[in-house]
Amino acid sequence: MSANAPKRFELEIPIAHDRELEATKIAEQVAEEMQFGPDCVAEIKLALIEGIINAFEHSGSAMQKVLVEFAIHDEELEVVVQDFGQGFDASSKPAAARPLQKRGYGRRLMESLMDEVKYFTSPQGTRLVMKKRRPKRA
Amino acid sequence: MSEVFKVTSRQAGKFIVIAVEGYINNLAGEKVLDEFNRRTAEGYRHFVLNLEKTQLVNSIGVSILIEMIEKTQEFNGSLAFCSLLPIIAKTFKIMGLTQYARVYETEAEAIAG
Repeated sequence: MSANAPKRFELEIPIAHDRELEATKIAEQVAEEMQFGPDCVAEIKLALIEGIINAFEHSGSAMQKVLVEFAIHDEELEVVVQDFGQGFDASSKPAAARPLQKRGYGRRLMESLMDEVKYFTSPQGTRLVMKKRRPKRA
Repeated sequence: MSEVFKVTSRQAGKFIVIAVEGYINNLAGEKVLDEFNRRTAEGYRHFVLNLEKTQLVNSIGVSILIEMIEKTQEFNGSLAFCSLLPIIAKTFKIMGLTQYARVYETEAEAIAG
Protein backbone atom coordinates (compact mmCIF):
# COMPACT_ATOMS: atom_id res chain seq x y z
CA MET A 1 0.00 0.00 0.00
CA SER A 2 1.39 3.42 -0.94
CA ALA A 3 2.18 5.81 1.87
CA ASN A 4 1.59 8.79 -0.43
CA ALA A 5 -1.28 9.51 -2.79
CA PRO A 6 -0.22 8.43 -6.28
CA LYS A 7 0.46 11.02 -8.94
CA ARG A 8 -1.95 10.42 -11.84
CA PHE A 9 -2.00 11.31 -15.54
CA GLU A 10 -4.82 10.58 -17.96
CA LEU A 11 -5.07 10.88 -21.71
CA GLU A 12 -7.63 10.08 -24.35
CA ILE A 13 -6.49 8.13 -27.41
CA PRO A 14 -8.65 8.16 -30.56
CA ILE A 15 -9.06 4.73 -32.16
CA ALA A 16 -6.91 5.31 -35.22
CA HIS A 17 -3.78 3.91 -36.79
CA ASP A 18 -0.56 4.49 -34.80
CA ARG A 19 -2.27 6.62 -32.16
CA GLU A 20 -1.08 4.14 -29.51
CA LEU A 21 2.35 5.73 -29.96
CA GLU A 22 1.12 8.92 -28.29
CA ALA A 23 0.57 6.97 -25.09
CA THR A 24 3.98 5.32 -25.30
CA LYS A 25 5.70 8.72 -25.35
CA ILE A 26 4.04 9.61 -22.03
CA ALA A 27 4.79 6.11 -20.69
CA GLU A 28 8.45 6.59 -21.55
CA GLN A 29 8.66 9.93 -19.73
CA VAL A 30 6.86 8.62 -16.66
CA ALA A 31 8.88 5.40 -16.49
CA GLU A 32 12.19 7.22 -16.90
CA GLU A 33 11.18 9.66 -14.17
CA MET A 34 10.57 6.63 -11.95
CA GLN A 35 14.11 5.44 -12.80
CA PHE A 36 13.10 2.32 -14.68
CA GLY A 37 16.00 1.16 -16.87
CA PRO A 38 15.78 1.22 -20.68
CA ASP A 39 14.75 -2.45 -20.96
CA CYS A 40 11.94 -2.01 -18.42
CA VAL A 41 10.81 1.19 -20.17
CA ALA A 42 10.60 -0.72 -23.45
CA GLU A 43 8.62 -3.52 -21.77
CA ILE A 44 6.13 -1.04 -20.33
CA LYS A 45 5.75 0.64 -23.75
CA LEU A 46 5.13 -2.66 -25.56
CA ALA A 47 2.65 -3.89 -22.94
CA LEU A 48 0.79 -0.58 -23.29
CA ILE A 49 0.77 -0.87 -27.09
CA GLU A 50 -0.68 -4.38 -26.83
CA GLY A 51 -3.35 -3.22 -24.36
CA ILE A 52 -4.37 -0.34 -26.61
CA ILE A 53 -4.43 -2.30 -29.87
CA ASN A 54 -6.46 -5.05 -28.17
CA ALA A 55 -8.95 -2.37 -27.18
CA PHE A 56 -8.88 -0.92 -30.72
CA GLU A 57 -9.40 -4.31 -32.36
CA HIS A 58 -11.58 -6.32 -29.99
CA SER A 59 -13.63 -4.03 -27.75
CA GLY A 60 -16.38 -3.46 -30.31
CA SER A 61 -16.72 0.04 -28.89
CA ALA A 62 -19.06 2.54 -30.50
CA MET A 63 -17.03 5.31 -28.87
CA GLN A 64 -13.94 5.89 -30.99
CA LYS A 65 -11.55 6.34 -28.10
CA VAL A 66 -9.81 4.63 -25.22
CA LEU A 67 -8.59 6.21 -21.99
CA VAL A 68 -5.07 5.63 -20.72
CA GLU A 69 -4.09 6.40 -17.14
CA PHE A 70 -0.74 6.34 -15.41
CA ALA A 71 -0.49 6.28 -11.63
CA ILE A 72 2.90 6.66 -9.98
CA HIS A 73 2.89 4.81 -6.68
CA ASP A 74 5.80 4.61 -4.25
CA GLU A 75 6.62 1.06 -5.27
CA GLU A 76 5.15 0.64 -8.74
CA LEU A 77 3.84 2.18 -11.92
CA GLU A 78 0.21 1.42 -12.68
CA VAL A 79 -0.93 1.67 -16.30
CA VAL A 80 -4.64 1.48 -17.12
CA VAL A 81 -6.34 1.09 -20.50
CA GLN A 82 -10.08 1.71 -20.38
CA ASP A 83 -12.31 0.94 -23.37
CA PHE A 84 -16.04 1.43 -23.78
CA GLY A 85 -16.80 -1.79 -25.62
CA GLN A 86 -18.82 -4.88 -24.86
CA GLY A 87 -16.47 -6.56 -22.39
CA PHE A 88 -15.27 -10.15 -22.62
CA ASP A 89 -14.84 -13.29 -20.54
CA ALA A 90 -11.66 -12.43 -18.67
CA SER A 91 -11.64 -15.83 -16.93
CA SER A 92 -10.76 -17.56 -20.19
CA LYS A 93 -6.99 -17.78 -20.29
CA PRO A 94 -5.21 -17.34 -23.60
CA ALA A 95 -4.78 -20.68 -25.35
CA ALA A 96 -1.38 -22.32 -25.13
CA ALA A 97 0.83 -21.14 -27.96
CA ARG A 98 0.88 -23.42 -30.99
CA PRO A 99 3.89 -23.61 -33.28
CA LEU A 100 4.04 -20.43 -35.35
CA GLN A 101 0.61 -19.33 -34.21
CA LYS A 102 -0.13 -16.00 -35.86
CA ARG A 103 -2.49 -14.16 -33.53
CA GLY A 104 -3.62 -14.07 -29.93
CA TYR A 105 -0.31 -13.08 -28.39
CA GLY A 106 -1.24 -9.67 -27.03
CA ARG A 107 -2.43 -10.87 -23.66
CA ARG A 108 0.46 -13.32 -23.31
CA LEU A 109 2.93 -10.54 -24.07
CA MET A 110 1.38 -8.17 -21.52
CA GLU A 111 1.39 -10.88 -18.84
CA SER A 112 5.03 -11.69 -19.58
CA LEU A 113 6.26 -8.10 -19.68
CA MET A 114 4.45 -6.67 -16.65
CA ASP A 115 4.46 -7.81 -13.00
CA GLU A 116 0.67 -7.82 -12.71
CA VAL A 117 -2.15 -7.73 -15.28
CA LYS A 118 -5.84 -7.64 -14.33
CA TYR A 119 -9.05 -7.10 -16.25
CA PHE A 120 -12.22 -5.55 -14.86
CA THR A 121 -14.80 -6.11 -17.55
CA SER A 122 -18.52 -5.57 -17.99
CA PRO A 123 -20.94 -4.99 -20.90
CA GLN A 124 -20.08 -1.29 -20.55
CA GLY A 125 -16.38 -1.75 -21.18
CA THR A 126 -13.10 -3.18 -19.98
CA ARG A 127 -10.54 -1.71 -17.63
CA LEU A 128 -7.12 -3.30 -18.07
CA VAL A 129 -4.83 -2.63 -15.11
CA MET A 130 -1.13 -3.43 -15.45
CA LYS A 131 1.58 -2.89 -12.86
CA LYS A 132 5.35 -2.78 -13.02
CA ARG A 133 7.31 -2.67 -9.81
CA ARG A 134 9.76 0.18 -9.40
CA PRO A 135 13.38 -0.93 -9.53
CA LYS A 136 15.06 -1.22 -6.14
CA ARG A 137 17.30 1.72 -5.32
CA ALA A 138 20.94 0.83 -4.73
CA MET B 1 0.70 10.45 -36.21
CA SER B 2 3.19 8.08 -37.81
CA GLU B 3 6.82 7.46 -37.00
CA VAL B 4 9.40 7.25 -39.74
CA PHE B 5 9.45 3.78 -41.23
CA LYS B 6 11.91 2.58 -43.82
CA VAL B 7 12.67 -0.80 -45.33
CA THR B 8 15.61 -1.48 -47.64
CA SER B 9 17.27 -4.62 -48.94
CA ARG B 10 20.56 -5.64 -50.45
CA GLN B 11 22.26 -8.82 -51.56
CA ALA B 12 25.11 -10.32 -49.52
CA GLY B 13 26.23 -13.59 -51.10
CA LYS B 14 23.31 -15.99 -51.08
CA PHE B 15 21.46 -13.80 -48.57
CA ILE B 16 19.16 -10.86 -48.95
CA VAL B 17 19.56 -8.55 -45.97
CA ILE B 18 16.37 -6.64 -45.25
CA ALA B 19 17.06 -3.66 -43.00
CA VAL B 20 14.13 -2.16 -41.16
CA GLU B 21 13.95 1.22 -39.46
CA GLY B 22 11.07 2.15 -37.15
CA TYR B 23 8.16 0.61 -35.27
CA ILE B 24 6.88 -2.61 -36.88
CA ASN B 25 3.09 -2.68 -36.65
CA ASN B 26 0.57 -4.03 -39.17
CA LEU B 27 1.24 -1.56 -42.01
CA ALA B 28 5.01 -1.55 -41.53
CA GLY B 29 4.97 -5.34 -41.31
CA GLU B 30 3.14 -5.47 -44.64
CA LYS B 31 5.89 -3.32 -46.19
CA VAL B 32 8.54 -5.74 -44.91
CA LEU B 33 6.50 -8.64 -46.31
CA ASP B 34 6.20 -6.87 -49.68
CA GLU B 35 9.99 -6.50 -49.87
CA PHE B 36 10.45 -10.14 -48.86
CA ASN B 37 7.94 -11.26 -51.51
CA ARG B 38 9.62 -9.11 -54.16
CA ARG B 39 12.97 -10.72 -53.42
CA THR B 40 11.55 -14.26 -53.33
CA ALA B 41 9.98 -13.56 -56.74
CA GLU B 42 13.51 -12.77 -57.95
CA GLY B 43 14.54 -16.24 -56.80
CA TYR B 44 16.23 -15.53 -53.45
CA ARG B 45 15.61 -18.06 -50.68
CA HIS B 46 17.81 -16.99 -47.75
CA PHE B 47 17.07 -13.87 -45.75
CA VAL B 48 18.49 -11.89 -42.84
CA LEU B 49 16.27 -9.34 -41.17
CA ASN B 50 18.43 -6.63 -39.60
CA LEU B 51 16.43 -4.88 -36.85
CA GLU B 52 19.22 -2.66 -35.54
CA LYS B 53 17.11 0.47 -36.08
CA THR B 54 13.83 -1.03 -34.90
CA GLN B 55 12.77 -0.11 -31.37
CA LEU B 56 9.55 -2.12 -31.05
CA VAL B 57 7.62 -4.85 -32.86
CA ASN B 58 4.01 -5.30 -31.82
CA SER B 59 2.18 -8.64 -31.90
CA ILE B 60 0.60 -7.92 -35.29
CA GLY B 61 4.03 -7.11 -36.71
CA VAL B 62 5.36 -10.37 -35.28
CA SER B 63 2.49 -12.30 -36.89
CA ILE B 64 3.68 -10.97 -40.26
CA LEU B 65 7.25 -12.06 -39.52
CA ILE B 66 5.83 -15.51 -38.71
CA GLU B 67 4.26 -15.54 -42.17
CA MET B 68 7.72 -14.91 -43.64
CA ILE B 69 9.24 -17.77 -41.61
CA GLU B 70 6.49 -20.11 -42.88
CA LYS B 71 7.17 -19.11 -46.47
CA THR B 72 10.91 -19.79 -46.15
CA GLN B 73 10.08 -23.20 -44.68
CA GLU B 74 7.88 -23.96 -47.71
CA PHE B 75 10.74 -23.41 -50.15
CA ASN B 76 13.51 -24.80 -47.88
CA GLY B 77 15.05 -21.38 -47.43
CA SER B 78 16.02 -19.61 -44.25
CA LEU B 79 15.21 -16.47 -42.31
CA ALA B 80 17.45 -15.18 -39.53
CA PHE B 81 17.26 -12.07 -37.38
CA CYS B 82 20.14 -9.91 -36.22
CA SER B 83 20.93 -6.88 -34.08
CA LEU B 84 17.87 -7.15 -31.84
CA LEU B 85 17.26 -4.84 -28.90
CA PRO B 86 16.59 -6.80 -25.68
CA ILE B 87 12.84 -6.02 -25.82
CA ILE B 88 12.58 -7.45 -29.35
CA ALA B 89 14.62 -10.54 -28.43
CA LYS B 90 12.30 -11.04 -25.45
CA THR B 91 9.19 -10.57 -27.60
CA PHE B 92 10.43 -13.15 -30.13
CA LYS B 93 11.20 -15.60 -27.32
CA ILE B 94 7.75 -15.17 -25.73
CA MET B 95 6.10 -15.67 -29.12
CA GLY B 96 8.21 -18.71 -29.98
CA LEU B 97 9.95 -17.31 -33.08
CA THR B 98 13.37 -18.30 -31.80
CA GLN B 99 12.44 -21.97 -32.22
CA TYR B 100 12.06 -21.46 -35.96
CA ALA B 101 14.48 -18.70 -36.88
CA ARG B 102 18.05 -18.11 -35.72
CA VAL B 103 19.03 -14.90 -33.98
CA TYR B 104 22.51 -13.40 -34.36
CA GLU B 105 24.20 -10.56 -32.56
CA THR B 106 25.42 -8.92 -35.75
CA GLU B 107 24.68 -8.90 -39.45
CA ALA B 108 28.18 -10.23 -40.20
CA GLU B 109 27.53 -13.27 -38.01
CA ALA B 110 24.17 -13.87 -39.66
CA ILE B 111 25.67 -13.81 -43.14
CA ALA B 112 28.52 -16.08 -42.05
CA GLY B 113 25.80 -18.47 -40.82
